[in-house]
Amino acid sequence: MTGKFETVSAGSALPANDAPVTPHGIPHRGGAVNPAAAALGASFPGAIVRTEVVWGETTIIVVPGRILEVMQWLHDDPDQRYDFLSDVTAVEYRDLDRPVEVVWHLRSLPFRRFLRIKAQLPRNAPLQVPSVWSIWKSADWIERECYDMFGIRFVGHPDLRRILMWEQYKEGYPLRKDFPLRGRFSRSEQLRQALVQNPEAKYSMEELSIADAFEDLPEDMRRRIGSGERTGE
Amino acid sequence: MASGTRTIEVELSTTGLDAHGKPQRRPLVTNDGGSAFEIGAPDSMEPELSGDHMLINIGPQHPATHGVLRLVLELDGETVVRCIPHIGYLHCGFEKIGEYRQYNQIIPWTDREDYLNSIGNNVAFALGAERLFGIEITERCIVLRVIAAELSRIISHLVWLGTTCIDIGAFTPFLWAFQERENVYNLLESWVGARLTTSATRVGGMAADIPAGWMDGLRQFIRTFPVTVDEIDRMLTRNAIWVGRTIGLGVMSPEEAINWGLSGPMLRASGVAYDVRKDFPYLEYETYDFDVPIGTNGDVYDRFLVRMEELRQSVRILQQAADRLPEGPVNIDDPRIILPPKSKATSEMESMIHHFKQVMEGPRPPAGEAYVAVESPKGEKGYYMVSDGTSKPVRWRIRPPSFVNLAAIPKMVEGHLLSDVIAINASIDIVMGEIDR
Amino acid sequence: MGLASRPDARTVSYEPQGNEGWVATRLDFLVNWGRANSLWPMPFGTACCAIEFMATAASRFDLARFGMERMSFSPRQADVLICAGRVPFKLAPIIRRIWQQMPQPKWCISMGACASTGGMFDNYAVVQGIDTIIPVDVYVPGCPPRPEGLIYGIRMLQEKVLNERRMDNRLRDEMSPDPSSQLYISPAAIDELGEPFGNSVHQTRSAP
Repeated sequence: MTGKFETVSAGSALPANDAPVTPHGIPHRGGAVNPAAAALGASFPGAIVRTEVVWGETTIIVVPGRILEVMQWLHDDPDQRYDFLSDVTAVEYRDLDRPVEVVWHLRSLPFRRFLRIKAQLPRNAPLQVPSVWSIWKSADWIERECYDMFGIRFVGHPDLRRILMWEQYKEGYPLRKDFPLRGRFSRSEQLRQALVQNPEAKYSMEELSIADAFEDLPEDMRRRIGSGERTGE
Repeated sequence: MASGTRTIEVELSTTGLDAHGKPQRRPLVTNDGGSAFEIGAPDSMEPELSGDHMLINIGPQHPATHGVLRLVLELDGETVVRCIPHIGYLHCGFEKIGEYRQYNQIIPWTDREDYLNSIGNNVAFALGAERLFGIEITERCIVLRVIAAELSRIISHLVWLGTTCIDIGAFTPFLWAFQERENVYNLLESWVGARLTTSATRVGGMAADIPAGWMDGLRQFIRTFPVTVDEIDRMLTRNAIWVGRTIGLGVMSPEEAINWGLSGPMLRASGVAYDVRKDFPYLEYETYDFDVPIGTNGDVYDRFLVRMEELRQSVRILQQAADRLPEGPVNIDDPRIILPPKSKATSEMESMIHHFKQVMEGPRPPAGEAYVAVESPKGEKGYYMVSDGTSKPVRWRIRPPSFVNLAAIPKMVEGHLLSDVIAINASIDIVMGEIDR
Repeated sequence: MGLASRPDARTVSYEPQGNEGWVATRLDFLVNWGRANSLWPMPFGTACCAIEFMATAASRFDLARFGMERMSFSPRQADVLICAGRVPFKLAPIIRRIWQQMPQPKWCISMGACASTGGMFDNYAVVQGIDTIIPVDVYVPGCPPRPEGLIYGIRMLQEKVLNERRMDNRLRDEMSPDPSSQLYISPAAIDELGEPFGNSVHQTRSAP
């Protein structure tokens, strides 16, 4: 057991008399730009597509291939220190001409800053971006969910599989705009597919290999599972 | 019904037996076309078999998992070697539905996703939508929303307290906590008409102003609630059983906690002083005088202490808010966004047109995007909304604090006993509605 | 809110039993009275309704006065499955399995709008009513139902139990789902139950 931890304060890199206040009167566009934009433009020429400030939040659009190095720099650089990954998500617009955007929300706790990074993926290519799991462990489940809902592959993720829907879910990727609200199959078909899943009786390969549990099963069950049958009640 | 036979070629995930006589399984997933492809097995899947390890499945239906969470544990005797959580058993398509509803119509959905913090979620969503619309709300609305958010924090922490006590074995605080919740439910019901699913805010204001005499009820609650907190405190905080069952469990260091994206009491118990109300303020929280409790050990006991102290601090904020509530209108004065009163909508033509447009089409924000984060009882709760200028959002994303907090559970329970898993799980304060959405 | 003498109260009524002896009817009454007043609930709580269920079990509304304070989280020891909350498709086989693990006599209360019909979640993820998966005895509407509403539903179930006759040998039949599809009612019935109706047809439109 460790001893007591030293308190880490948000805003520790700022002067002590800089208490934040509730923002008022934020303009739609324009306003103060996050200093990361200028610093990124200097350190990674050619990686930045565009910078926008919408409702007081800076959005930096980065070339998808350069995301990982940009993120690593944002995490490590002593003037940026974006140590908190808030969210990774994706946006697909109703306008088919616009690309699918993958959005990262970063916070720098020492500097009390918020930054949004986007990567625009054209629709006619497979959707994939680098995973930032190697930098922030919180990306683990968040990227799995983004994959589950949009079908975006996160290259370098240790275990990219569905998390909210069941792993053999066949209807597609629910948050895509071409996926209808009530699903592609009829209600009885959806229910039938769900009921034959029997997820409790099904363990993943990882889980079954853990405890060598296959040995402990009764003989007839071993035979039936070996032949691919799903166990019933 | 067609007759005759068809041959269908299907990719099997078992490809016979390997050298040891065990079935060889390949993990397969299907793409949208329905064809299966194999995903490479990660290196971490190599089994480490040191002795006989047991595979235990907890959930998804289980009293102590706080909802439909499934934990698969690899046990070496009673000690957990590995934990694999499975979620998604309460996935109800909130974010998809958000794309098919107007902004005011989404508010009932925010009630139901983190259902312990309903009115707090209403406030958070309204703040996000107002950022997207570019609206400044009235002074009275700001203070009422602070009152709502803090009441919500109190009732959420009381549920956490009651259910954690039951999990660890103490039944009585559950009854005390739920009795106090009934007092808050009475207040909420007299304000907005519902106990749990309040739908109390609207874009630009609130669904209703507080009724006459409501503030007396709130002051009565402020007076009597700390007595119950003290009672629970006396029973638990220095209780040998409670301390023995919670000290030293599930420790996360500050750096790990930040890297794993923990927020809220989980993060603060690990010694990180980050509270969205203090660091990225909203609703003029910087003008209130309150403390944020920070732990130092990062274990279950510290999380308990942090939440107990947050209950007291919430009462402090409520007292200040009750004292400063200004008179004035609750809703902004924009007929394109706030519904006109029914008396005008049925008598004046212009109001009737406004009413019609708002109900049938809904108010339209300019194209843009906004991410507003609040300090929910569970952590940093954010709503990210993207608008293309129409009355329904293009994307409504909920940043769920419990989802990110729960992802750290495999790290926290390694090396602990089975009964500790339940205590650690309880200390995260998860709500499956928010995790699975 | 008096539950007994409401003019519109629909009680379950059976044909007068001419052929049953006095002992059989007294035995019926004894068994049913015992069952109705000591129903052990299995709270299959998923979402917001579970919180209202917990509030019903707590001090203010107190399920103990109906003999239901002993929550049975193991289905093997439970009498009534109270499905409190929305049931997504991923959870459907779980609730089916839990129901099948409960021994007879068993009943089911579907608490809330989501368990009864899918509620406000008319989308790809949620089962449109658990009665497409398991047989339901009492539906309690509400989102979430007030504790008084849940208690009213429990009282309705108690009346149903009190009016059971042992000579009705179809009461304790297990449902038999079709082995290949696992559905126990016809697919056409499920599709019809899950159809949007009224205003719902407009709610699947995303563009303005």
